[in-house]
Amino acid sequence: MPDFKPRTVYVTYIAATPEKVWQALTSSEFTRKYFWDRDIEIEPKLGGAFALKLPDGKINVRGKVIAWDPPRKLSVTWQVEWPEEFSKLPECVVTYAIAQAGDAVRLTMTESHSWNVPEAILSGGRSGWPAILSGLKSLLETGKAPAIKMEPPKEMIEAIRAL
Amino acid sequence: MSDKPKFVYVTYIRTTPEKLWAALTDPQTIRKYWFGITAECNWKLGSPWCLKFNDGRIADTGEILQADPPRRLVIRWRNEFKPELKAEGYSRCSMEIEMADYYPDFGGKAVKLTISHEIEGEGGTKFIEAVSGGWPKVLSNLKSLLESGDIAFKL
Repeated sequence: MPDFKPRTVYVTYIAATPEKVWQALTSSEFTRKYFWDRDIEIEPKLGGAFALKLPDGKINVRGKVIAWDPPRKLSVTWQVEWPEEFSKLPECVVTYAIAQAGDAVRLTMTESHSWNVPEAILSGGRSGWPAILSGLKSLLETGKAPAIKMEPPKEMIEAIRAL
Repeated sequence: MSDKPKFVYVTYIRTTPEKLWAALTDPQTIRKYWFGITAECNWKLGSPWCLKFNDGRIADTGEILQADPPRRLVIRWRNEFKPELKAEGYSRCSMEIEMADYYPDFGGKAVKLTISHEIEGEGGTKFIEAVSGGWPKVLSNLKSLLESGDIAFKL
């Protein structure tokens, strides 16, 4: 596997247990509420298949489990398949690390890339992850996640077209 | 683009811009989500600003560079309690509050808070590293306090 370097990191502290955060990351019952209606399909083992699916069944992201250590570390390869023009992006790696921090849980999301990815392309994750993970936190703490409307940044779309 | 270290953090909070502004500027509220630290300031352009620990020691000092309630607050900010951080000089911290665009049927309205923090001069690596560890704790607690009435992370 090529060398993947962390390019975007987002940390949030959540009043929940590590098990609950793990469940929120890996089950559709939760992802539908904080990840723009996506279902997650994940085989619970190293090398297992991973996918995020849109409500119409289309695959949004496909990948493989490269770290499976419940409830502490989950790492998946991340190949965007839809929107179709995003599918020419090389796969990246998304890692969730869960650690007890006092009574709370520290969740660290790291997006890593194997190529010299332009800032314009990173802007997609940098705008999306705060909305997704703010929603996950709200959902676990209050039972309700805000659903933020968001389109991929224009600069990201232009940079992908220029690849 | 400059390679100057800069910390940027975005969080979405189910609240109003007015309540968020109040939480960012009210000393009693700040104390709840900032581990006992509180602010002394009258939040007007040019006002002196300082953060104090529970025991009265000064943590950080500076002044208000912009105050546009409930949208934008910019603070000139220097660490006072760690010599190696103080040595890096003044930083600028900007706090921007915007209404987020949201799907009203799913969990209600939300406000987007963006915090950016960078050193005014050259360098500033240690200071930015320190605030990069601190802000996620403080802002996670601020979000929890506004949404659920309690904080998430206690020291």
